[in-house]
Formats: sequence, structure tokens, C-alpha cells
Amino acid sequence: MASNGNGSNGRAKNLVVIQLSGGNDYLNTVVPYQDGLYYDYRPVMGLSGNKVIPLDERVAFNSHMGPFKRLFDAGKMAVIMGIGYPEPNRSHFRSMDIWHTAEPEIASSEGWLGKTTKAIDPEGKNPVTAVNFGRGLPRALAYPGVSVASVGALESYGLYTGLAGASNRDALLDTVSRIYQPMSQEGFPSLQILQTGRGMLDGADLLRSAPDAYSSNVEYNADNPIAQSLKGVAQVMSADLGTRIFYTQHGSFDTHTNELVNHAKLWDEVSEAVECFWADLAEQGQADDTVIWMFSEFGRRIEDNGAGTDHGSGGVAFMIGNPVKGGLHGEYPSLDPADQLEGDVHYNTDYRDAYATILDEFLHVDSEWVLKKKFNPMTELVASRA
Amino acid sequence: MTTTTAATDTDTALMAHLLRRAGFGATRNQIDHYLEKGYEATVEELLNPEYGEPEDQDLLDRYFIASTEARSVGHADPQWSWRMATSPKQLEEKIALFWHSLLAVGGIKLDHGMEMLTEIDLFRRVGLGKFRTLLLEISRNPGMMYWLDNQNSHKDAPNENYGRELLELFSMGIDQNGEGAYTEDDVKAAARAFTGWASKPTMPPFFLGPFPMEFRFDPEDHDERDKTLLGETGNWNGDDAVNIIVQQPATAEFISRRLYQFFVADEPDQQEVRKLADVFTENDGEIRAVLRAIFNSEHFKSEEIRFRKVKSPAELVYGTARLTDRFDLPDMDTSQLANYAMFMGQHLLNPPSVEGWHEGEEWIDSGALVERINFASSQLERTDAPGVEQMLERVRSAGDSLSPREYVNACLDAMGAIQLSDRTMNILTEHAAGQSIHQDQRNRATEMFQLIASTPDYQYC
Repeated sequence: MASNGNGSNGRAKNLVVIQLSGGNDYLNTVVPYQDGLYYDYRPVMGLSGNKVIPLDERVAFNSHMGPFKRLFDAGKMAVIMGIGYPEPNRSHFRSMDIWHTAEPEIASSEGWLGKTTKAIDPEGKNPVTAVNFGRGLPRALAYPGVSVASVGALESYGLYTGLAGASNRDALLDTVSRIYQPMSQEGFPSLQILQTGRGMLDGADLLRSAPDAYSSNVEYNADNPIAQSLKGVAQVMSADLGTRIFYTQHGSFDTHTNELVNHAKLWDEVSEAVECFWADLAEQGQADDTVIWMFSEFGRRIEDNGAGTDHGSGGVAFMIGNPVKGGLHGEYPSLDPADQLEGDVHYNTDYRDAYATILDEFLHVDSEWVLKKKFNPMTELVASRA
Repeated sequence: MTTTTAATDTDTALMAHLLRRAGFGATRNQIDHYLEKGYEATVEELLNPEYGEPEDQDLLDRYFIASTEARSVGHADPQWSWRMATSPKQLEEKIALFWHSLLAVGGIKLDHGMEMLTEIDLFRRVGLGKFRTLLLEISRNPGMMYWLDNQNSHKDAPNENYGRELLELFSMGIDQNGEGAYTEDDVKAAARAFTGWASKPTMPPFFLGPFPMEFRFDPEDHDERDKTLLGETGNWNGDDAVNIIVQQPATAEFISRRLYQFFVADEPDQQEVRKLADVFTENDGEIRAVLRAIFNSEHFKSEEIRFRKVKSPAELVYGTARLTDRFDLPDMDTSQLANYAMFMGQHLLNPPSVEGWHEGEEWIDSGALVERINFASSQLERTDAPGVEQMLERVRSAGDSLSPREYVNACLDAMGAIQLSDRTMNILTEHAAGQSIHQDQRNRATEMFQLIASTPDYQYC
């Protein structure tokens, strides 16, 4: 999937998801630094002075998002204000599921990106159309018949890599590879397990070899987990395996206590990693073909609890990339008590509008099929085509 | 499927089958122990666990300090993990797992570890008894009331969530077209019968601990008017509704089918299910009676249903853990087992929805298969584990003049009298033939154990 060098073109893009797990505090990420109410509600957690980086006369980034400011200034970063869904749920699990399944009302087990993968590769020909960096499949990627590789670390991905006495690894792999041949059902209830096994082995071979083909001048911080995940993304992209969806996450943003320290550290990590990845995308020739999507399951309470903030609703999401039209999108929700929702900001952008944008405008997948309903793609987020 | 019988003794293979289905599986020595006891006596032992606080509860509480009065699911799961890995009362844990998926309550909404463990213990206590008792207790269970919004169900504004799921998911079920043997009016009537049933928090035992929840019935908030539920009219309360529901033929059939799918095969055999539904009805909905009928049936004992059911992550993890027999202290290693099940797609105490987990082939995606194989092979690599030592000893004592096929069979027998399909058997036999005879014998056997645990065959029970 190397870039064809056409710049802003109509080609379908790659999607890189960065999930901010735990509930990122919107108000201390994009700070309404000129709003007196913000400081009234946040006597302890309020950020001001050199703790903020103004974007305009109303809002500012947290000072630990310096690299984000540079991307923002370059016009590559859309900041989506007040994103959420009706009748917010403040359970991590439930709210994350709502984001993962694009179903705010009913519990569903079908992930919106799993379904997207199905649309991109209906017959499941490529075992690495979607790759998750982490252990355990996020529900966003779960969909019947869709095979998704979940990679802890690329170099050690695959079977038997964790064995202490791995001297016989090749012998084991050789035999296992002979067993998982979906030629005939031969005694199994279905052919599916053999097919899955084949996809697993082929995918593992592909992915493990990805780092070999990769070279870059970008140095990712070895102690920053999200930087390492994004490096893995860059490696898989550069290996040209046909992967279209890359899933990563970072956290925990569940800052009930000691928020000033923890939240700052998290944003240092995320923004540093994204800036490195951004530079790498350019180096790998992928910058025009990649969109980054960052979200969290919810924002946090407007009022702080003296040491941190509790679960809230309404948040901020980011879309980053050359194909994206940067800037602040939507209104910052009012902090006025009359406008609040049970002590939280009221959402004003439905998250599925953003999904529809990603699907229709960037991935070229029918959003109505994936989301089971027509939402309104935010065409204002799309950079004008050259 | 055509199988190559590993155990020459068909009784051994049958006992192993029973212990894999009614429990999580057993070591070869444990199988011998039960063989002495006999099949039917073993079935009775499994069916009649003596309920009560286990002797090692104190040990568990001391090791897993955060899991007593557990705040979250993450704090709670070590407790259950330990029981599944070690409890001698295997069916007690297995039936809890069954009901946990059928009467699913989860951390997805009820992020309250203590209540989640209360549910699991409820299933241990009454999960083998009368379905009426179970359904009544779960309807009075504060966690369930909260999970399905019954505290928001009021006399003048009934919330239908519990009434609907009670009929659709917990008792009568729906067919493939989404049709049930009940109507929308029955859902409304059931919801009205349960108005005033809710929960309330009580004082936490520890500072900052979770609030234990209590059942509360508020007569002021209960709809006292007549309701027609499933053709019967009266001023029904929740317990009346349960009584009416458990007597429905659809309930007998639905619960029997789910028991069949969990204990016998992923695809229900309609004729067998009907037989079980009759047993359910004749025994006033006693689950123990239905399971007894299952385990003693010729259908269950037949070869054709062996190794046809996909192991759930919990079955794979705890079955393999039990094979190693190495969990003698409730340390981090034991609680880590629950994480492995989560990596494979089954987050215990946190089912994905009120529908529980979808069992069967859906368990196995490529990421989960990597986790399954890596987990099982790394457990069997622990040659210092008592269970693995026992396996090595069995292979060693089978002699050193075995043909490659006999060698694979000796390994299969040592791993709990399991079997392979012909094709897998042939490939492993070729592997055994290719292994150097000069290789260290322990390494040779360990490698074969790991390979067996990597096969598609091992994903079935």
C-alpha cells in the first residue's frame, strides 16, 4: 500500500486508531482557559498560565501537548468538540462498548471496525487486513468471520514465542503448520478451525517479518508503550501487507486521583508518540494515505473532586492526517449549570457522524451498511482534494 | 468423527469424557480414582456437591486481600479463578459457569465485584436445584435488579427490561425468527408483576469499600391490579410470575436445550432435547435430574459427540491448569489464569451482554487461537509441575520400545485419555517418528504434549 505520491487523492486510506482508555478528561485536554466557570469548578485541577497552550482566544491545549500544537498549526489535526452519544453511560465497560459497537441503545457484540474489515475484505483473503496492537481483541474489531491478528510485540508475535525452552520451536511450528491445512474437514465439526489456524499461521509469518523490511530515521521512545505500538504500525505499513486498519490503545486515563501528574504524563507520552509517528508516516510515504482517529470512552465530570475527576460524559476526539482538514470543529459545550447534563458537558456531536466520515470519506466503505443507519458525514473534516 | 482410540480401555475414555463435560477435565490419576468408583457413582458425586464455604476460603482471603469485599470485577475474579482451577467439586463450578452465561449479569454495567461474586455463589448454592428456586432467587438478586433496570420500574411507569429478558433470555426463549411462545402483552404483564422489586445499598463493611446491596420490595410501588400472564389472570406479584413461567412447556424445552448445548454438543439434537424437557417437567424443573438424564444417556456416552464441542476459554484454561496440577497456593499465577481466558475472549464476570457469551465456533478467531496454543504449550512446558511430572512418568513407564504411533497414544493417555482425529494422529505419528531416539526422553515427551495441546482437536472437548 505504498503511497502513489498523488498527494490528496481519492484513494481509500488506512485507519490508525488510538484509543485513550479510561476516560480522558476533555476539560483538561482542550482547556476553556478564558471561561471563569471552568476555574470555579476546578479549584484544584484548573489549568492556567504556563499550564496551557492557547489555540485561540477561548481554548488551549494542555501544556503537555506541545507536539499536538505543532500538528494543529500545520493544519493536519481536527479537534472534534463535545463528541458523545445520547443518554451517556458512565461505566467504562459499557461506554467503551457503545463506542466499539456504534450501538448506544442495545448491547451488541459486533464491532464497527470488525464489520468494516468485513466490507474491505469480504472473503477474508488477507489475514492481516486489520491488526490490533495489544492482547485480547477489542470489541471494535469483533465480527463473525473476520480474522484479526492481535499482536503484543511484532518481533515476538506468533506461536511458541514465549516458551522458555524454545529450542524446539521450529520443529513444533513445522508440524503444527502441517496440521492446520484447510483442505478437507476430515473429522472436524467444521472446516473453520483449520481455516482460522491457517490464517493465524500465515498472518504470524507476515507480521513477524514486517520489522525486517522497515527502516526509519525516527526514534521512538523505547519506554513509551504507545510509541512502541505506533512504531509497530509503521513497520506493518512499510511491509506492504495490505493492512488497512490498525488498532492501538494507551492509558489509563481514569484519573480519579493525582490527575495533574498522571494526566500530564499520559499526554506527554501520547503527543510525543504521535509526533514521531507522524514524521515516520512521511518517511514511509504513507502520510497521504493515512488517517489517525483518537477517542476515549467518555470525558470526566466538570467539577473536580479535589484530587482528580470522576467519570463524566461528552468528550473530545481527534482526527489527524494529510487527508484531514485541521482546526476546531464544533462548539465547545457550555459549562453553564443550566446547560449541563447531570454535572457533565452536554455532547453536541454524535460519535457516529465521525464514524460515518471515516467510513464514507476516508475508507470508502458504505457507512450505512456498517452503522445500520445513515449518519451525517462531517465533510468539513475532509481536506479539499488537489 | 472417526477417532483413533488412545485409551485401550473404553471405560477410561468414557470417564475422561464425563469429567471434561461435567467438569474441566481430570488428570490421568484422577480418572483412575473415579474408575474405581464407577461411572454412575461418579455422576452422583458430581451431581451432589455439598454446598458451603470451602475450607481454603481463609487462605484465599489472605492471599487475595483486595478480592474480599471486592470492589470491581478485576478484584473479584481471582476468587473464582482459584475455585475453577482447584475445587474438587467440579460440577459446582461448571454449573455456575453455565448460569453465569445464561442468567448473565456483568461488570459491563454492574461494576461491583462483591455483587458479581454473590451471583456466582448463588449459582453454586441453587444452580443444581429447582429452576423455580433459581429464577426466584435471581429475580430477588440486587445485582440482577440493577443490571436490568428494575429499580427504575414503578407502579405507574413499569420498565419492561426485566420482564422481557426474563421471558426471552432466562426461561422461554425465542426461535430463530425472534418469535417466542409469549406475546408483548405477556412482557408487559411480567414487568408489572415485578414493579416494586428493587435493590438498595447498605453500609460498606470497609471504609471506601463497595456497598453491599440488598433486595427490597416496596409494596407502595407495586402494581396491585390484575394482570394476565401467559393466559392466567390475577393480581400477580413477581413470585407468581416465576411460578407461571416455570410451568410453561417452552421453559422446559428452552432450559433443556441450553443444558444440552453446554454439556453435550454445540448443535442441539432436537429429539434428545425433547427427552430432557420431559425429564425437566416430570421432576418439577430440577436441574440435577436433567443433568443426571444427560450423563447417563446412551447419547451422551456415545463416541459421536466426543470432541465435538468447542472448549470455551474457561474450559481450555482451567482444564489445562488442572492437568498441570500445580496451583497449590492462590498466588498471582492463579489469578493470571482469568486474564488468559480474557485474552482468549472470555472475560469472566463481565459477559459482553445480557445474552452471555455465544458458545461454539465463535470462540475461535485467529488471535484467540494464538493465545490458546501459546497458553497450553507454555503450561505443559513446566516439567516441575506435579501433573506434568505424572504425565512424564506415565509415558516413561509405557516403555522404550514403543512404535511412533504407540508413543503418541501413550502421550494422549497421559494427558487424560484424550483422542485425536485420524489425520492429526497421522501427522503426530510422523512427528514422533522423526524425533531423534537419542533425544532426552523428557524433552521428547514434553514436545509431544505441547504439540497435542496445539492441535485443532485439543480445542474441542
